[in-house]
Amino acid sequence: MNISKLSKHVVLKGGTIIDPAAGTEKKGDILIENGKIKFVGKVEAPKSAQVVDCKGLVVTHGFCDLHVHFREPGREDKETLESGSMAALAGGFTRVCVMPNTDPPLDSPESIRYTVDRSEECLVHIHPIGAITKGQNGEELTEMGAMLSEGAVAFSDDGLPVTDSGMMRNALEYATMFDIPVINHAEDLCLKKNGVMHEGKISTHLGLSASPDITESNMVHRDLELTELTGARLHVPHVSSAKSVDHIRKMKKTSNRVTAEVTPHHLFFTDEDLVSFDTNLKVAPPIRTKADQKALIKAVKDGTFDCIATDHAPHTIEEKEGTFDLAPFGMIGLESCFGAVNQVMVKENKMDRVKLIQMLTVKPRRIMGFDHDLFSKGAEAELTILNPEESWIFRKSHIQSRSSNSPYVAHSLTGKIKYTIIKGHITALS
Amino acid sequence: MQHKHLLGLKNYPAEDIQTIIDTAFTFREVLERPIKKVPSLQGKTIVNLFFENSTRTRISFELAQKRLSADTVNFSASSSSLQKGETFKDTAQNIEAMKIDAVVMRHPTPGAPLHLTQHIDAVVINAGDGTHEHPTQAILDMTSLHERFGNLKGLKIGIIGDISHSRVALSNIFGLKTMGAEVTLCGPATLMPPFAEDLGVKVNYNVDEVIEWAEAINVLRIQRERMGGGLLPSVREYRNLFGITTERLALHKKEIVIMHPGPMNRGVEIDSSVADSDQAIILDQVLNGVASRMAILYLLLGGKQEEGNN
Repeated sequence: MNISKLSKHVVLKGGTIIDPAAGTEKKGDILIENGKIKFVGKVEAPKSAQVVDCKGLVVTHGFCDLHVHFREPGREDKETLESGSMAALAGGFTRVCVMPNTDPPLDSPESIRYTVDRSEECLVHIHPIGAITKGQNGEELTEMGAMLSEGAVAFSDDGLPVTDSGMMRNALEYATMFDIPVINHAEDLCLKKNGVMHEGKISTHLGLSASPDITESNMVHRDLELTELTGARLHVPHVSSAKSVDHIRKMKKTSNRVTAEVTPHHLFFTDEDLVSFDTNLKVAPPIRTKADQKALIKAVKDGTFDCIATDHAPHTIEEKEGTFDLAPFGMIGLESCFGAVNQVMVKENKMDRVKLIQMLTVKPRRIMGFDHDLFSKGAEAELTILNPEESWIFRKSHIQSRSSNSPYVAHSLTGKIKYTIIKGHITALS
Repeated sequence: MQHKHLLGLKNYPAEDIQTIIDTAFTFREVLERPIKKVPSLQGKTIVNLFFENSTRTRISFELAQKRLSADTVNFSASSSSLQKGETFKDTAQNIEAMKIDAVVMRHPTPGAPLHLTQHIDAVVINAGDGTHEHPTQAILDMTSLHERFGNLKGLKIGIIGDISHSRVALSNIFGLKTMGAEVTLCGPATLMPPFAEDLGVKVNYNVDEVIEWAEAINVLRIQRERMGGGLLPSVREYRNLFGITTERLALHKKEIVIMHPGPMNRGVEIDSSVADSDQAIILDQVLNGVASRMAILYLLLGGKQEEGNN
């Protein structure tokens, strides 16, 4: 991966421009001047311009991920805002929202300010999500108003659910004043117990303690009903089961207050992959069955899901090298994201590629209220250039994260990021 | 033998299970001799790596190793550097560095033996991995059934008790199904794995019906810590519903074979009088345990080893 400053003039020459905001796909060039979009169409390159040959490549908006864990402060051995930014660039992401389950958690205006300040020197845009409750204890609301003024964009206790239904109601009600999304990690811990994988035929054969799909869908259903009651905005993260999809789809028919995301790994893997006891596949919520995977794919196609989010969750090799019961939940996912979802959705399930790219760009930006008309004149150049057809093997060498807990290693993926342009820099990927 | 290691009986070849059983019978004969030792594994070094307490399995393995003239080292978690924070990987690599031929491992986590094979070259034998598998126990159970019935095909076996926490049950199911036996599981619904039928077995909550149907039952230990929590209300309730009592067996005309992997909770899952009766083959199982483990060690480490290194 090679990062360099953009020249005064840069021409992205001869690519296929997918404008996810307009839903269009056409051949053309883009002229960038001083890091800003100058012109989209047929460009005669100025003499001194840096020309990027985009023949055979797709030029589109930079990807936006609403769900990453960058571990700073507290676990900088796993990831920092800076190293996470490198992983984002490698995956074509120019903008990410970091979850607040750091140590200490992002549960105060001061910690939000710290993250915003630290992010300024990073090469992607980083937006903190604030904790719903102080210390993520599920007991006391955080100062949401002040945190929003410091730069928080949403609230979540991610990693942990808000178990107490009364507290969840309060959080949603309180958030209605600000019209921002509340994101609840939906797992009923009483049902989950010590479950480390999805409860099904495979867990029975493996003897691993497991939790059933309703561990998630019960709480998703509760949250949807609370949203209806309070009129708040709910964003459902990392949906993993067919039952949760059903609840969300039904609620979306009558409510525009609900949005939902799906991860690449829940689309790519099934519980059958766990027969290897690969601790990198230990995630929360767990990888579920083929039938769930099918339902998730359908929900991507029919728009039940608004966006793809990686839930990039770095853990040290020492932690993941241990036994299955002791390994922490989570996998990294930024670097492998596009190759995985493009393979599953476009190559294998014939989804329109413009629609998939919308789920990585304009749709997540809309949820958070970020600018999403990125090809308009004067907009900051925030672009991703990719080869949608390229088939490649994901290797450890593709990982830019400080951690390497990826189950994609040695898997074949389709679609590869070639350049990421953001904050006046261009990152070239090999 | 088609596999280098013995990690579990899921997908383990029937012909190899049969070979182990047949070999176990020849070692049974050795165990009846006045001098119970053969030089088969002379010069081989085996480490018994126990990350979880075990008395019987460890002693059984150790005895099998001594009878085969192997050198053995015992390593148990309580006396090891694990408590000093050494990782599983370090422990494994240290053992590998000491040029060990085989590792017999018990570990509380499912998949740990498979994990071990990724770190070391020695033969790995699973002596129980959490709630996953306990293949040598299942093989000794099958050896004992074979001894009693002459064949496993079509044999009707009931497994009674805490199925979902039992590695003995899972390995028995895989092994018995491979060998053509029929298996019915019986125990409290809270201790029955979900999707149990997917294992190719029947589930019946009525222990009297299972006794009526079966030719042999394998009675599993009910751990006292499961009692009085969310899973089981009381010992009394368990005994009423599932206990293998003298009164219950008296209701059935036919005399079935009673097995128990030990250690028994006399008076909980099985009555003392039943355990000590003629229809119980519990002590035969113990003897066959040594013979079966000799067979496994011999076949995986013995002279004919070189060709089958997968």
